[in-house]
Amino acid sequence: MTIKAKIIDEIGFGRTITRLAHEIVEKNKGIQDVVIIGMRTRGEFIAKRIQEKITSIESVSPELGILDVTLYRDDFRTRLKQPEVSVTNISIDITKKHIVLVDDVLYTGRTVRAALDALMDLGRPNSIQLCVLVDRGHREMPIIADFVGKSIPTSINEEVKVRLKEIDEEDGVYLVESPKKGL
Amino acid sequence: MSLTIKHLIGLHGVPSDDIQTILDTAKTFREVLERPIKKVPTLQGKTIVNLFYEDSTRTRISFELAEKRLSADTINFSKSGSSTKKGETFKDTIRNIEAMKVDMIVVRHESAGVPQFLTRISKASIINAGDGRHEHPTQALLDMYSIRERLGKLKGLKICVIGDIAHSRVALSNIFGLQTMGAQVSVCGPLTMIPQNIESLGVKIYTDISKAISENDVLNVLRIQLERKAGTSIPTLREYHNYFGITAERIEKNNKDILILHPGPINRGVEITSEVADGPYQIILDQVTNGVAIRMSVLYLLGTRQ
Repeated sequence: MTIKAKIIDEIGFGRTITRLAHEIVEKNKGIQDVVIIGMRTRGEFIAKRIQEKITSIESVSPELGILDVTLYRDDFRTRLKQPEVSVTNISIDITKKHIVLVDDVLYTGRTVRAALDALMDLGRPNSIQLCVLVDRGHREMPIIADFVGKSIPTSINEEVKVRLKEIDEEDGVYLVESPKKGL
Repeated sequence: MSLTIKHLIGLHGVPSDDIQTILDTAKTFREVLERPIKKVPTLQGKTIVNLFYEDSTRTRISFELAEKRLSADTINFSKSGSSTKKGETFKDTIRNIEAMKVDMIVVRHESAGVPQFLTRISKASIINAGDGRHEHPTQALLDMYSIRERLGKLKGLKICVIGDIAHSRVALSNIFGLQTMGAQVSVCGPLTMIPQNIESLGVKIYTDISKAISENDVLNVLRIQLERKAGTSIPTLREYHNYFGITAERIEKNNKDILILHPGPINRGVEITSEVADGPYQIILDQVTNGVAIRMSVLYLLGTRQ
């Protein structure tokens, strides 16, 4: 795996989170009934950071939840490795709430499709918005993000790697050569 | 993580990593069972046959619910009302069911070894829901899950299985599974109900129920199985109750916390009194709820295995 470019460094990372937090507050005119839901694994930590940032802006903390979409995936039959499931942790009723779904990279849109199905099984939110750190294009589903940290035009042979302090010791986004060509 | 096993015939020889994966995955499904919509689309398009050659309420409903909650298509087969009555052999029945393109077979049979035999004549993934006196792996897995949920671990725990060990498939699966996970398993009951040479499995034998209660962390109380001729091993049910029944008095005399499990159905007043069966130390209905989660876990892990 060769690194082709560092797209976001640590300082840029912090600024991006700050901007996304402000945009979420602006669009929702505050955080009344807003629930931030992070998608495992990296979306979970990004959601936590956004929640903390919003708390420091608004002095009120929005609710936070974690969503695991493994059971809703559409690629069980085509994947080589069985994905590991983990627990969804959303302690509040999401009915009539405004959900901000947070993930690290938006690519084919299939994970978001699975997340929408998963959320619908948990309740009937008034709206669902999508917030991603990186949009790398190549969508296979009619899905668009409401809040984008950075749009990066990529080739299909490249991969976007998001690294986070919580699990990878540093904050940063890299563009790397994909080990599996032509995927 | 994927399982190394393709079928679940018994817990004998199943590596601890596999058991760990099944128990951990069940936690996810336990959460699904708390949702308003208790259904996920994971096994959509998979067909599962429930082949029950022996009566069952809990296990059968539990498997069926688990399958439905994973969105699989299910077919139920029972001995009565089937062509078994018309003289069709077991092998032919399986071949015919298989010709209808099924992905998994859940089987219960009064003869030990039937699930193993199925793995040889069918391409489907086989799950044993109890075969004769051999094994009942999903029951032992849900017992282990329930114990772990309450006590936080399995390793180092002392667990005593009480009752008719000789006729019990639950006992054997418990012994194999719990030992693999590092627990110490013992048995307690009248010697006529303890199989010969069970010590060779590393299992301690108690004939004094009070001692078994005071020296263990968990009691797994088995049902006295009248339909399996348990009557020939004991003079009367009342005598069994007097010597081996789990009573409030025996539990209270022992001044420490103890966890009581029972696979059901309960013979109240025989192996356990109503006072204990509905009391503070038992987790009998938790076991039933966890059973659905464990079966979802097994079905998911075997059904999506590549």
